[in-house]
Amino acid sequence: MNLRRRYLRDRVMVALVYLGTLLVLLPLGFILLHVFTQGIGALDWAFFTQPPAPPGERGGGMLPAIVGTFIIDLMALAMGGLLGLGGGVLMAEYPDHPLNRPLRLVANVLGGVPAILMGLFAFVLVVEPMGGFSAFSGAVALAVLMIPIIMRATEEVLRILPWELREAGLALGLPRWRVTLSLILPAAKGGIVTGLLLALARAAGEAAPLLFTAFGNPFLSFDPLGPMDSLPLKIYVYAISPYEDWIRQAWGAALLLALLLMVTNYLARRAMRRS
Amino acid sequence: MEPLRMETQNLTVHYGKSAGVKNVSLPVYDRKITALIGPSGCGKTTFLRALNRMHDLNPIVRIEGRVLLDGEDLYAPGVDPVVIRRRVGMVFQRPTPFPTMSIFENVVAGLRLVGVRDRERLMAVAERSLRAAALWDEVKDRLNEPAVGLSGGQQQRISIARALAVEPEVLLMDEPTSALDPISTQAIEDLLAGLKEQVTIVIVTHNMQQAARVSDYTAFFLNGDMIEYGPTEKLFTNPADPRTEDYITGRFG
Repeated sequence: MNLRRRYLRDRVMVALVYLGTLLVLLPLGFILLHVFTQGIGALDWAFFTQPPAPPGERGGGMLPAIVGTFIIDLMALAMGGLLGLGGGVLMAEYPDHPLNRPLRLVANVLGGVPAILMGLFAFVLVVEPMGGFSAFSGAVALAVLMIPIIMRATEEVLRILPWELREAGLALGLPRWRVTLSLILPAAKGGIVTGLLLALARAAGEAAPLLFTAFGNPFLSFDPLGPMDSLPLKIYVYAISPYEDWIRQAWGAALLLALLLMVTNYLARRAMRRS
Repeated sequence: MEPLRMETQNLTVHYGKSAGVKNVSLPVYDRKITALIGPSGCGKTTFLRALNRMHDLNPIVRIEGRVLLDGEDLYAPGVDPVVIRRRVGMVFQRPTPFPTMSIFENVVAGLRLVGVRDRERLMAVAERSLRAAALWDEVKDRLNEPAVGLSGGQQQRISIARALAVEPEVLLMDEPTSALDPISTQAIEDLLAGLKEQVTIVIVTHNMQQAARVSDYTAFFLNGDMIEYGPTEKLFTNPADPRTEDYITGRFG
């Protein structure tokens, strides 16, 4: 009787779910496909090994930006990771600590601040006092962007560990810090690495915080206290330039950045599954 | 009279506004097994956790009265809870193997994590503790395998071995068999008799038969009060208080 109608309704609902999934995936697919088709042509040997050509000339590559991206992002990860981890541990392991309320507030506010403000923040706090644009100041801006993400991820993974684990350690006569360092953090390792990588992936795609901090640099530089180039910056500058070859290379940089982010996300997911 | 190892004097444990344990004075005799029995929520676990300052982490808990270990008050100013917990160990209701560690690392965690690196000494401690926990023969060939791969009963005996490895004077056990099957329960009850040669034991159990089987002294708790305390045989065969009799004959709880 109405068994048939229920069966039909089930099929319709399942079809709607598939349709919804498709609608969500479609834009992502288009973006990736477009970036791929536009950018793949630019990824030649020179792209990875040459500094940029002077404006208007053809050729040249992204070597300074590629190297700079890694240097700036790793510096940012070191700083943001340390502070974010510390904050996350404090919030999860010492829930009654008086610093927790302000810390949580800061995390929430920072999490909602537009990325370009992170750049302004680093400009006022680092660039001006140090008297110039630098990779370091760019890393500070990105680190501030990462901190709330890492802090929240760390707090969450620590909180799902059973409380008994801490008590078991304390009951052995271990001091609190030792329990956190040797029992809790190793047990949450996978989740923490995931948080770090997701924060890295988020920050690595940002151009705005670097505009007036790392600033950009057409020459290969390893000096953390001098201006440095980065892929998102290069994309921004090249994409709005009038030169056809630069625009072509901007697509290449976009493709490379997208690939790097996909790899990072994949690694994050793998770390999560293993824990 | 037998020598005392621990003693509470008028111990009251406040949980927020209510008292979880009220004015309890209880002797714990050296190398004997003292059982705490009573229905759920009677305060026996709360009492037990006061004996090694496990309540310290909970800011809403307030302790009144004294808890003496070898005559000295655990809650006196200047006493380090870390030192106390080294002398008064604890085994919990659910087995708590450290998830990232092997069987060996679990057992010697209390030593290794405070800087003991001497491999030979650690090995000797591990073997002695695992033998005392009646687990050595089952795990001696796979000491480097993860402890979480063991059965629940084996994990609980790992927890016991781990507690014994730091050579505590007193071992507190909070319903150590309530999450285990009958065979594992049997194994743990069997090893208790041997353990009391070396360590004083206070065990919380909701299982009266278990208390009757393993303990030398028993205290009966009800609604935060200690109703009756005495030698186990006397308490179970000839209780002084009618409420104790009601409980052990199964009229409630």
